[in-house]
Amino acid sequence: MFNDFSRRSLLKAGAAGLAAGMMPRIARAQSGKVIRAVMHAPLRATDPVINTAWTGRNHGLNIYDTLFSTDSKFQIRPQMVDTYEVSADKLTYTFKLRSGLKFHDGAPVTSADVIPSLQRWAKRDTMGARMMTFVAELKPVDERTFQLVLKSPYGQVLQTLAKPSSIMPFIMPARLAAQPPEQPVTEFVGSGPFRFVTSEFRPGSRAVYERNADYVSRDEPSDGLAGGKIVKIDRYEWISMPDFQTAANALINKEIDFLEAAPHDMLPSLIAAKDVTVADYNPLGFMSVVRMNWLSEPFNKQEIRQAVMYASDQADWLDAQVGNPDYYQASAAMFGVTTPLASEVGWNTKPDIARAKDLLKKGGYKGEKAVMLQGTDSPLLSGSSTVTAQKLRAIGMNVEVQTMDWGSLLARRVKQDSTANGGWSMTHWVTTTTELMNPLASTVLDTRGKTGGFFGWPEDTEIESLRNKFALETDAAAQKTVAEAIQKRAYDVMTHIPGGQFKQPVSHSKALKNIVTAPAPLFWNVEKTA
Amino acid sequence: MAVAGVLLKRSVSVIPVLGVVALIAFMLLRFASGDPVAQLAGDNADPAAIAAIRARLGLDQPLAMQFLNWLWRMLHGDLGTSIVSGQPVTALIAQRVGPTVAVSITTIVFSVVVGVPIGVLAAWRRGGWLDRFAMWTSVTGFAVPTFAIGYFWIYLLSMQFGLFPVQGYVPLSDGLGLFLWHLTLPTLTLSLVYIALIARVARTSMLEVLSEDFVRTARAKGLPERIVVFKHALRNAAVPIVSIVGIGIALLIGGVVVTESVFNLPGLGRLVVDSVLARDYPVIQGVIVVFGSAYVAINLLVDLSYSFFDPRISQQ
Repeated sequence: MFNDFSRRSLLKAGAAGLAAGMMPRIARAQSGKVIRAVMHAPLRATDPVINTAWTGRNHGLNIYDTLFSTDSKFQIRPQMVDTYEVSADKLTYTFKLRSGLKFHDGAPVTSADVIPSLQRWAKRDTMGARMMTFVAELKPVDERTFQLVLKSPYGQVLQTLAKPSSIMPFIMPARLAAQPPEQPVTEFVGSGPFRFVTSEFRPGSRAVYERNADYVSRDEPSDGLAGGKIVKIDRYEWISMPDFQTAANALINKEIDFLEAAPHDMLPSLIAAKDVTVADYNPLGFMSVVRMNWLSEPFNKQEIRQAVMYASDQADWLDAQVGNPDYYQASAAMFGVTTPLASEVGWNTKPDIARAKDLLKKGGYKGEKAVMLQGTDSPLLSGSSTVTAQKLRAIGMNVEVQTMDWGSLLARRVKQDSTANGGWSMTHWVTTTTELMNPLASTVLDTRGKTGGFFGWPEDTEIESLRNKFALETDAAAQKTVAEAIQKRAYDVMTHIPGGQFKQPVSHSKALKNIVTAPAPLFWNVEKTA
Repeated sequence: MAVAGVLLKRSVSVIPVLGVVALIAFMLLRFASGDPVAQLAGDNADPAAIAAIRARLGLDQPLAMQFLNWLWRMLHGDLGTSIVSGQPVTALIAQRVGPTVAVSITTIVFSVVVGVPIGVLAAWRRGGWLDRFAMWTSVTGFAVPTFAIGYFWIYLLSMQFGLFPVQGYVPLSDGLGLFLWHLTLPTLTLSLVYIALIARVARTSMLEVLSEDFVRTARAKGLPERIVVFKHALRNAAVPIVSIVGIGIALLIGGVVVTESVFNLPGLGRLVVDSVLARDYPVIQGVIVVFGSAYVAINLLVDLSYSFFDPRISQQ
């Protein structure tokens, strides 16, 4: 008889009995319509126009809404907008808001709220700012109708208003949108499918969202960021856990429901867990980028920048960052592998060492030190930096790797000084494909140089001219041709080196169903079955 | 001198100490690498936007002016506002102080309850198996890193036996049972090193006292060994033990960050680490001042307690 019981099973039974008195309350907290999610980072700054990180975008998607949205096939769909018209001369866009839209404080959403929201956002967002240079006037027509009048035709109006990643044009009440864009809003009132529970907000630790019962969803099914946003849970709790091992254990132990970004080397144990599903809901994924500083030696010379590319092998970077080829793809595509503007022109992603050495010689390289900034906060950043340093040393370059936390790296990379005076030469960076899929939104293709460009400060009038051409083009096929020309030119002058594309699967409880496939984690449409 | 008088005198004497703590906290941050404005401004910010944010935060002022402004507000009970979240630093500290204080108290109570008897018994049976076991445990407690102990308990007691939750904190207001249930593993994890420390000090102190004449006299009088050890000897050995417990409490308040991370306790340790990574100067400065004040206050209480355990020690 006792053979049926192992010592361990007896211990487990005893343990369960001991804990039983306290367990029910916890079990109750886990059930019902509450999703407890550990995201890639905690929420600290809550103004999505100021917080340019993905946390700001994800927070904004919960509580605010946008005029237009991008669906899973990259089509622009009306979201808050009911109908819209474009005049024959393509200069006047007339938008009519859906009826019944209300902010969380009960006030109706009107044209008077939309216009200052767009104006405030455009002061912070690159794509918005560019569109505004073409805008002659944004004016209300009536409570639900407003017009955007252009000085000259602009081909990216709807794409800009449907921007799928930071900074998104969220609509706020006029009194909040009146705030200067450098001044964060302190009241969190949107018209989105969730309400922010301010009283439970613990910056860096916990943010709580409740279903907005007054939200008027579109009738279409959810599709990417577009379509209906029907919330099927009561609460969504965004919990911070600094230790991913703890978060994985908590998911396996059913203490949380959703883990956004478990490190890739942790995925096998989560896949093996009985009640956990590991799946990818963001097919666009992420891209890494190598950025060189055009202002300081040795990368102020085009040939030496090109030498870095020919010394590099995307597969080596991706192996160091992700490890498992199931989750990554080498590709030269600067606008993403599966996006409408995807193209492989410019590089075959493989090394050509002889050419790299030849380019170094042509560039007159004399052993100038290249200072590489290596962020140590994440293996996605640190692994690839180590690989690059080794590749460059192999072709005879003098590389100094300076390791630092992400905060120090951010402060350092804005310095335009020489390396001898605290400047830098190169660094690795990771971003979402959605940030790079449009030549106007892609900050790494901002080639306005020292006075206006993104860190690294490439300067190239040809690329800027092509980006302007892209902005004015309204035909999709013609846009693709221009985008390809931009990519080719970017490889020639070496604005940056794409490091390949990778996926970041989500791990979640099997009790969660119908998670929306989108470039950001979404909690509308999701059902919790147990 | 009355206790109140001593308290007042000692309190006044720690003001310069806190001033130095404040100055060092302020200057260290300013000379460290990193810039909160670069993080806040984001990738799209132009120089004008960066300058506007810097001006809004007062970070464009001379360092001396920034320090004096902060000091002046602090003297009025205002620790400033978080650069990142925009919330008052006092509110952030109030949100986070509960888990840190809770796990510190449970740890120190558990450590004293377990560590002192182990030390006393090890001294009483010097050289025996209990002494050797106690000292082996003590060495292990010092040698094994806290995070490894934490993962061991999680694997064994949470993942294998399902006895305790893997992570999280429940405030006392939600019920004593749940509160203690969530704090059990963090307490077991943190207390190992303090049990080791307290047991070693208690053993050493007791060994010294047990060899003194008054203990021999007590035994000669025929007092039971239990009374000799725990009443006469332990009280005389208490001062070093109280010292180490006091230091332990102070170290715990500032040193629980690893445990807070492993068990996802939203405490002050994590607040300060997050703030350092984000270069959230007002929060870091505020927490350092609070930690500094707590450290000084605990040391003051420990000093005052000496005369309770040993009346020969004057409060003056």
